[in-house]
Amino acid sequence: MYEITTTRHNHLVDSTLHAWSWQIPTYLFLGGLVAGMMLISGYFLFKGRYKENNCSCYYLPLFSIVLLSLGMLFLFLDLEHKAYFWRLYTTFQITSPMSWGAWILILVYPALILNILMRVPKPLINKIPKLKNLSDEFLKHPFGIKITGIINMILGGMVGMYTGILLSSLGARPLWSSAVLWLLFLVSGLSGAAAFVHLIAKNVYERELLAKADNGFLVIELFVIAMLIIGLLTSSKSHMAAALILLSGPFASSFWVFVLGLGIVIPLIIQLLAVNHKIHHTPVAPIMVILGGLILRFVIVAAGQYSHWF
Amino acid sequence: MTYLSRRRFLKISGASIIATAALSSAGGVVKGAKKLEEKTGKKIKGIQKIPTYCSMCFWKCSAIAYVKNGELWKIVGNPEDPLSNGRLCPRGTGGVGAHYDPDRLKAPLIRKNERGEEKWVQVTWDEAFEYIASKMNKIKKDYGPESIGFFSHGIGGGFFKHLLKAYGTRNIAAPSFDQCLGPRDTAFEITYGDVIGGPERTDIENAKCIVLFGSHIGENMHNTQVQEFAKAVERGASIIVVDPRMSTAATKAKYYLPIKPGTDLALLLTWINILISEDLYDKDYVKKYTFGFEQLKAEVSKYTPEWAYPVTGIEPELIRKTAHEIARFIPSALVHPGRHSVWYGDDTQRGRALAIINALIGSWGRKGGLTNQDVFDIPSYPYPPYPEPKRQRADNPDKKYPFGGAEGYTTGLREATLTGKPYPIKGWFVYGTNLLYSLPNTEETIKAIQNLDLLVVIDVIPSEIAGYADVVLPEAVYLERYDELFAPYFKQPFVSIRQPVVDPPNDQKPGWWMAKQLSEKLGLQKYFPWKNIEEYLDTRLKSAGLSLAEIKKKGVIKGPEIPLNLEEGFEPEFETPTGKIELYSTVLAEKGFDPIPKFTKHKDPPAGYFRLLFGRAPMHSFSRTQTNRLLDNVMNENEVWINADVAKKYGLNSGDYIKLKNQDGVLSNKVKVKSTERIRTDCVYIVHGFGHNSRMLKGAYLKGASDSQLITKYKIDPLMGGTGMNVNFVTFEMEV
Amino acid sequence: MARFGMVIDTVKCVGCTDCVVACETENNVPVGFARDWIEQIAIGKFPDTHVEIRSERCNHCSEAPCVNCCPTGASHHSEFGGVVLVTHNECIGCKACIESCPYGARFVHPEGYIDKCTFCIHRVKEGKDPACVSVCPTHCMHFGDLDDPNSEVSKLLQKRKHHSLLPEAGTSPNIFYLT
Repeated sequence: MYEITTTRHNHLVDSTLHAWSWQIPTYLFLGGLVAGMMLISGYFLFKGRYKENNCSCYYLPLFSIVLLSLGMLFLFLDLEHKAYFWRLYTTFQITSPMSWGAWILILVYPALILNILMRVPKPLINKIPKLKNLSDEFLKHPFGIKITGIINMILGGMVGMYTGILLSSLGARPLWSSAVLWLLFLVSGLSGAAAFVHLIAKNVYERELLAKADNGFLVIELFVIAMLIIGLLTSSKSHMAAALILLSGPFASSFWVFVLGLGIVIPLIIQLLAVNHKIHHTPVAPIMVILGGLILRFVIVAAGQYSHWF
Repeated sequence: MTYLSRRRFLKISGASIIATAALSSAGGVVKGAKKLEEKTGKKIKGIQKIPTYCSMCFWKCSAIAYVKNGELWKIVGNPEDPLSNGRLCPRGTGGVGAHYDPDRLKAPLIRKNERGEEKWVQVTWDEAFEYIASKMNKIKKDYGPESIGFFSHGIGGGFFKHLLKAYGTRNIAAPSFDQCLGPRDTAFEITYGDVIGGPERTDIENAKCIVLFGSHIGENMHNTQVQEFAKAVERGASIIVVDPRMSTAATKAKYYLPIKPGTDLALLLTWINILISEDLYDKDYVKKYTFGFEQLKAEVSKYTPEWAYPVTGIEPELIRKTAHEIARFIPSALVHPGRHSVWYGDDTQRGRALAIINALIGSWGRKGGLTNQDVFDIPSYPYPPYPEPKRQRADNPDKKYPFGGAEGYTTGLREATLTGKPYPIKGWFVYGTNLLYSLPNTEETIKAIQNLDLLVVIDVIPSEIAGYADVVLPEAVYLERYDELFAPYFKQPFVSIRQPVVDPPNDQKPGWWMAKQLSEKLGLQKYFPWKNIEEYLDTRLKSAGLSLAEIKKKGVIKGPEIPLNLEEGFEPEFETPTGKIELYSTVLAEKGFDPIPKFTKHKDPPAGYFRLLFGRAPMHSFSRTQTNRLLDNVMNENEVWINADVAKKYGLNSGDYIKLKNQDGVLSNKVKVKSTERIRTDCVYIVHGFGHNSRMLKGAYLKGASDSQLITKYKIDPLMGGTGMNVNFVTFEMEV
Repeated sequence: MARFGMVIDTVKCVGCTDCVVACETENNVPVGFARDWIEQIAIGKFPDTHVEIRSERCNHCSEAPCVNCCPTGASHHSEFGGVVLVTHNECIGCKACIESCPYGARFVHPEGYIDKCTFCIHRVKEGKDPACVSVCPTHCMHFGDLDDPNSEVSKLLQKRKHHSLLPEAGTSPNIFYLT
């Protein structure tokens, strides 16, 4: 028997750490989703699919900019010393993923705006007619568009990875100290974005493509989760205990049922049947994938805070 | 021979005979920073350091309070203080929280509705005194002045004691005796003609072997003892702890003996037998200083380790080994006499066994044993003599308990109030003791209170007893008032001062002021001839060749050093009938008690019940400190310690809440379970003082469970009337 | 450069919490929070239970994850003895440092910045011990320069068996516990 008693009962820290509540996982989810969208949109730009009038690369950056801003709002809401928020941008801390993230996000906006400039939304043109000219000019430079695609993909990839590295760099939480967490969040972001495109795409080709791609992402995600768990189970006793928090501990039901079952396996089966034309495409599967991605962030953040060294 | 009224008590209260003219005023009243600010209109800047002695427990360490920009900041130990050696305990450090406690009493209150309903009318001090005086006068007229009783704990009660003696009653009692150390001191008085005292005369610092019987030093945070214990641990002293619970001290022990509760006397008698039969005792010492060795030898021969094994649960080998361990360190071995010793009703006899074993190992007067103590002699104030009461004390009529009552007999006073015998008690003053949490069987106390015409409670917080009072007088906390000088018996005689550090935040007043004001309403002014407390203190100090100005600056003044042990030239005298340490007690024989202790078996808990044990936590004092937010921060509720196997059987985990139900069906507040490998399976343990049910104690209300609530049964020690309280059994109620 | 640290004797410590209360008053720690605390660890089967009692706080790690993860540099190693400190007006309250500390030593001060033990650097600069060390009635706590082989703390570590907390977390803690 191993009894620990402590006199400490600090708010947010005891008895189990819960300093981050809903804002951070939501922010990480939105960041991941935006990352996926940028990768997809950037890929379409790179591939020249923008020539198709109803290419999703025309509306994905709009969604991205809204969702990213929402995510940053949530991040801001989580800050305890809000009046000093600007301190993020008076320094660059090379060892701090959060500092990296803050600066990367600053770069993401121009990249998204470049993408948006290809076809500026009507209400905006009505207000600032000059934007139309700018947009037309931009479309005349295919190479510039290719570069914009690449930039969007690179930054998207960085944002996606960053959301995972942010957690795994905090060594005190054994569940997060996995070498594949960045990959998990990146793939999950991609699958969420793919599901999103699948859900709203006007272009049938893109919908089919993304449904197929999403199936691939979901399979990879399953594989990465398996790697993460196996990695933890074969590490120190603290890491093993962390894995067990997901497998059989307090977060087991949400992990097995919502993350794996309803978030990955079942939508995967539905979409496999759909792309093989056994059933009609249904919005149910992509919605499940997107919600699954959200729940994954919640589970990983909460269970990670629950895990500790001993 | 008068028991327990030995010279040390006489010495302190002796010089109260001759009246002299009051001295002229001795300096202005020291005002706290706040008042000074109001007066001068200037903000007080910087740091002031003011020495004073602590009141967070009754060890009374000297401290230095820091006031920063007019606000109380922190309190540290006074390096000159022989008790604290410059280091306070958490309560002393947390004394800051007593001043800032938001739940403090703020103004005098007079009861509006039924007793216990906690409904009050706020009154002026004059109205409060007027009310009390008229009631007291009526009681005096109808029943005589002896019909007022006084329960007091702490040095601040002294001025009220003085007032009530002047009024004409001697029915004064303190729970510190019958609910605490009474049996121990009675036993040592009987055996050695002298008490262990408090601060205890134990030389833990120099002991090479220390035996603790249920003494949870470290949890019982009596500062000097803890400091010395830590030194002993560091030195590698051999420590033997006998306790059903693995206390903090037990975790430091070389030998931990998890004894079955209620069988300590069996182990002691067996050890005594081993020391004698194996010729291990200090022969020269015993020959020179003791009386009745042969009788003792004959009496204890039946207590063999093999006999003790099924009784105590301690294996014979371990009993022998530990007896040898004690003997190995003669003459620097110490069997600590303990302090809180009201356990099973035969406690004085257990105390006797402790006294006897200490005699066999020759610890009295030895380095690392029980040292000599003396006092810094400061004559009492020359008051006029008190009126002689017409009737004997009501608390122990006809000396029912022949060895009881030096500090008064609390439950006896309660009994007299309940029964009206030997005569009615119609008024109570209660100072600084939460009677509902200090006396066993709360129900009896509440019933007794219903017979009263007047209940006055003087306290700093709205304790449960205050809830039943007719008049509540809010006292300034120790940091805001002057008090009596402190000059205890100790190995280094000294005198220390309590003086105001800050002003009371509201309309609280010091006890001395209340007593003096009330004396005027009662026409007893002649007993308070001094103009103010400074004058009183200065008079006393001057008569000892000191001055108030000097002690105000230093906080502590030490007396000359004294020889502490035989090695230093101390020659012990034993004020017993034989003039020796009475292994065989002639006075006990005379009164018809066992002259040598005999083991008596105590009732085991019935199936499904566990013996309720209680004790202390280092950061709290009794039920007085739970609303102190600094101390609440380190312990805000108590837990019930349950053996891990037992807890498992009941499906309980640490952190679950349950209620405890005692043998009489009394249910506790809900209390958190601590499932632990640090207690036996036949008992449970909680820290005393929690589970407050006074709604006015907002910071402590219903946090944890109260042992006092569950102690409906108690067993009276026939020698001195102490109330053995470890005789209650509880079971678990899962519904909370 | 000095490397300040503490050596705490768990054999002498009785867990009285005086260190905790002294810290509260010295540093005006807000009610309900604690920069230091007492932990008791019991291992084994009654009555052969082994209990370690110790006073814990920020370990002022040499490899401090809280310093590394701080996005603004508010969490930093002081030049004065390597003490880990938080500059209040640089802290944004992102709580990454709270998440990164394996000891749970940090908390959000009600004013929004992150707070923790400072080794009472204001006292140490005046040549005094930290408040917790200076009040301990058992004298079980020692403070000093771990890089100075002649300091009391270094000597105690040479003489006595000791351990630190979660060294496997790779933080190089600077508080050591004598056993």
